[in-house]
Amino acid sequence: MNRASLSSRSVQYGFLVLVAIAWYVLTERGNISRLFLPPPMDVINALTKLFQTASFWSAVLVTLTTVLKGFVIALVLGVLAGYLVTRSKLAIATIEPVISGLFTIPITLFFPMFILFFGVGTGSKVAYGATYAFFPIALNTIAAFSNMEQRYLLAAQSMGGSRWDVFRYVLMPGALPVLFTGLRIGFFICLASVLGGETISSVAGIGRNIALAAELMEPARMFAWILFVVCMSVTLNLLAYSFENKIRSR
Amino acid sequence: MTSLTSTQPSTSGPSVFAKMLKSPFWLRVGLLAIVVALLEYYGRFHADPAFMRPPSAVLDAFFTSIISEPKIVAALWLCVIEIAVAYAMAVVSGLLIGLIIGATNFSRAALFPIVLMLFAIPQVAFMPLVIMIFGLGPAAKIAFGFSHGIFPIIVNVVAGMRDVKELHVRGAKSMGASNTDVIRHVILPNMVPSLFTGLRLGMTLTLLGVILAELYVSTGGVGYYTRVFAENYNPAPLFALTLCLAIIAIVFNELVRIAENRLTPGKRKAPKIQASKIQTSESGK
Repeated sequence: MNRASLSSRSVQYGFLVLVAIAWYVLTERGNISRLFLPPPMDVINALTKLFQTASFWSAVLVTLTTVLKGFVIALVLGVLAGYLVTRSKLAIATIEPVISGLFTIPITLFFPMFILFFGVGTGSKVAYGATYAFFPIALNTIAAFSNMEQRYLLAAQSMGGSRWDVFRYVLMPGALPVLFTGLRIGFFICLASVLGGETISSVAGIGRNIALAAELMEPARMFAWILFVVCMSVTLNLLAYSFENKIRSR
Repeated sequence: MTSLTSTQPSTSGPSVFAKMLKSPFWLRVGLLAIVVALLEYYGRFHADPAFMRPPSAVLDAFFTSIISEPKIVAALWLCVIEIAVAYAMAVVSGLLIGLIIGATNFSRAALFPIVLMLFAIPQVAFMPLVIMIFGLGPAAKIAFGFSHGIFPIIVNVVAGMRDVKELHVRGAKSMGASNTDVIRHVILPNMVPSLFTGLRLGMTLTLLGVILAELYVSTGGVGYYTRVFAENYNPAPLFALTLCLAIIAIVFNELVRIAENRLTPGKRKAPKIQASKIQTSESGK
């Protein structure tokens, strides 16, 4: 690590330390209501207490399985739809703007309909998360397969590659990096929308517990949940990025 | 390779219908018409009226129970104002923070990863906290929309500034340009495309933040009415209200796109189509 990146790293860690110190000083010395910002030690204690309860792990499990179900549905439908669209240029020109146009509308505003159709259980969150994740996955699949260098395809075909060969050895390796970016974006959109759906209206899961702690005026527990979500999503993000870099560098 | 977006010019005067079949725009219109027709058919003859109503009934509900209710119209207007205020705040502060972070190589290397990390955190986790701090009124919704909208603007401003060619900056400086001149005439014009990408994404996320908070707060505003309609199994006004919000979202998005087309130097148009843009730039080589 050279000197420049060392000093910028130190600024980044310094920022985290500064946030922690500011949090501590504000709650210990300042006169901020404990309702809005509980002292860090209270939050740590609440978090360790949460870790020991079975309901914590069941809530995390509910959220993660919901996210996973929604993501798998979006993955299958998004990649399939995206791939089929790229088989014809007219279809790309017709359908791609529809998908990207719909994606700029917050799908959240249809959330009451998901509740209406699928109830307040996990079903509505699976559908909601899958709908939200479908768009970036489909869009990136379209971009991945339509962005192919034509001469590679022609070369493969002229050397006697069958349709499957072309797909397996030319289309797939070329499309994979862009495709995976779509999958990563889709996964995190799915995670955020499931959390949001649970916060707005649900019976179980992490989002529900955050909203519940807020309603019961238990800020320490709410912050413990928030801290957990932050750590979880940062870890998942780092994992996804390193995995993506591995795919790209191959 | 020819451009994907434009239709092939007619060669020997085929019928209008045949031309429409080759035009992406008319195909889209047709697709939409088919979807609406299917919804109408399904909603009229097969669906349970407690869950689903045909588009004609939704349109009817739009006039009878949305437009004619002054309270709902007021809630929708408030929503529009919240979005506008949150977006204006996000643009101004996002631009400022982005300019500060992108100003030097060091500040970018040090501060940009912090912004990216914060951007990656799902902000919905903080929604109850935001409501607790700012209350149930419009302030919380503005704050939540703002905190969603600011990040893509910062990220794209910084990215746009990074792409300024060192040669251009040095050329301007050697011809006697001051620092403000360089910012005004070199850096700002150069980052316009990237800036507008950020402004478009920022609008999408501001809409998301405001509407999330609106739906979460179910004691007033739009969220209250969506809950009332959903709990009373009265889908027609619910669909109509959702339609209103969707129209608001589309109008805001279009405003940003029109601004982009007007303000971008040169002939560059806002990319309507992602994939074909890549394709045409590929074929242009």
